[in-house]
Amino acid sequence: MSPPLIRVAALGKSYATAAGPFAALRGADLSIEAGDFVAIMGPSGSGKSTFMNLLGCLDTPTSGDYFLLGRNVAHLGKDELASLRNGCIGFVFQGFNLLQRMTLADNVALPLVYAGVERGARRQRALQELARVGLAGYADSLPSHISGGQQQRVAIARALINSPQLILADEPTGNLDSHTSEEIMSLFSELNRAGISIILVTHEADIAAYARRQVRFLDGLIVSDITTPARALEQC
Amino acid sequence: MLKAMLGEAWQAMGTNRMRTALTMLGMVIGVGSVVLMMAIGQGAQYAVAQTISTMGSNLYIVISGSTSSGGLRSGGGGGPSLNTADAEAIAQLDGVSQVAPVHQGRQQLVHGANNWSTTVVGTTPAYFDARAWAVVSGNLFGDSDLRSATRVALIGQTAAANLFANDDPVGKTIRIQQSPFLVIGVLAKKGQNLDGRDQDDTVIVPLSTAQRKVFGTPFPGSVRVMLVQAASAEAMPGVESSMIALLRQRHRLREGQDNDFYIRNLAAAADSAAETTRVMSLLLGAIASVSLLVGGIGIMNIMLVSVTERTREIGIRMAIGARQKDIRSQFLLEALMISVAGCLIGLLLGIGGALLINAITDMVIVISGGSVLVAFGVAAGIGVFFGFYPARRAAALDPIEALRHQ
Repeated sequence: MSPPLIRVAALGKSYATAAGPFAALRGADLSIEAGDFVAIMGPSGSGKSTFMNLLGCLDTPTSGDYFLLGRNVAHLGKDELASLRNGCIGFVFQGFNLLQRMTLADNVALPLVYAGVERGARRQRALQELARVGLAGYADSLPSHISGGQQQRVAIARALINSPQLILADEPTGNLDSHTSEEIMSLFSELNRAGISIILVTHEADIAAYARRQVRFLDGLIVSDITTPARALEQC
Repeated sequence: MLKAMLGEAWQAMGTNRMRTALTMLGMVIGVGSVVLMMAIGQGAQYAVAQTISTMGSNLYIVISGSTSSGGLRSGGGGGPSLNTADAEAIAQLDGVSQVAPVHQGRQQLVHGANNWSTTVVGTTPAYFDARAWAVVSGNLFGDSDLRSATRVALIGQTAAANLFANDDPVGKTIRIQQSPFLVIGVLAKKGQNLDGRDQDDTVIVPLSTAQRKVFGTPFPGSVRVMLVQAASAEAMPGVESSMIALLRQRHRLREGQDNDFYIRNLAAAADSAAETTRVMSLLLGAIASVSLLVGGIGIMNIMLVSVTERTREIGIRMAIGARQKDIRSQFLLEALMISVAGCLIGLLLGIGGALLINAITDMVIVISGGSVLVAFGVAAGIGVFFGFYPARRAAALDPIEALRHQ
């Protein structure tokens, strides 16, 4: 049997603060199979953001192990982490995080620049991904000229462009109204049905309901892990 | 990859045009002033080198010493301590290629209705070799003119212009101290010497004729000044010491007695003039370099501001897979683009300024490919040097912190 997409064991992260070390994450054990759709929930300060940063290879743990596709990435160097982020993981942020002075196509193609893809091929793939998220005609617009929901679609297209196994979404609907949120969430569901694993952080129950599995954090520990089969499918 | 980064750097520069332009202006002024100052400095060096070459190379001037009679001391060149026999003896020394005794003084020249006061030089044909002086029309005088003290004259271009205006002086007669002299040649133009004296305001006649017809002397055969040319620059120290020994022996000077002649090394004077202009041009370049340095600091300043402003962008780029070296190259490239673009504009302005100065004044300007290359290399170096610290700071940002930055 192939290894799980993600397996963390006793994953811990503590920060040095003025009042001594602060443990943001106090030993998380979790395994996520490829193709899963997981919502990470919890109040602020519960350690869910720290956990997401570790899963996204933006940070390294102070204790424990993180196996991504069977490979322990807990102690990799910054450049190795960067190429993992570039090739295996797509990020979607609450604030969209597009580069304002670049066209949508250039924004979407940006990860390919760091992957060393040629200009022509970059453009072609960016157009494909824009079409996939329903923004085919907007390639040469600027982010400031489109709505928040459309910007988040562009960000999703950017996350998809390197064909990652995993998309990490940090409160992707936090800045959107409920109607647009639904649209974005059904886009995620659609991508999940196409075989892409999705992990999303949210504190809204109705957004978490799109996921097949809900993991809840409190005070740096996982306190519940509920799988609701076929729930996401029923929504559509 | 590089092409994409160049495009991005170009875009980043374009988003804040005013700021980019002002930053560039620092480099423009820096490079422009370096190029201009180097052009002026090298021009001055060239002008001095030209002047030095008109003097003739490896020259000594031997001047007869002061004499005192009845407590009245005459200055150097006043006494009759040197004579033509000394000159002939010096000519036999090793390493001496030419010896030209000279007797000169100011005289009034007359031609028709014109008259002009100028320096009349009485000398031997060796003088023309020693000073590398030729005629542009007519002929030089020779040894036979010297032997028979013929009244022939070579005229310098300034004197010729004042006496003959636009006429050809060759074949005409001028009068010096009532004696008629036939002009047999016009000397090539030499320009000013190192003291600023016009070397073309002169008339050269055979030494024997000068002594008998022009100056008259109570000491026949004596000369006040001799021009001695060494065969090479290396031979000069040897020539100097053997000249001193020879003249002391010929003048029967005892141990401890002062020389009754002076020796001036013209090559040394020329070297010091050249050294002075070299130092001056170095100084000009150094002062201009300060503005280049200031321009570089301006780039660093703006790049630091840019890194802070774009912290979030850096975070985004890192999250989607930019390695530290990608971020570093991006900011380095931006700094380099600003400095190289500023350098190109500065080069054009500097060269333009130099040409303008050349056009409106008669200052000699030399723009060498070397100085242009140096300015360009230094500007690129400054871009990298002052861009490196901000770029490194950008690359060292923590992606999570950077993403959180508003």
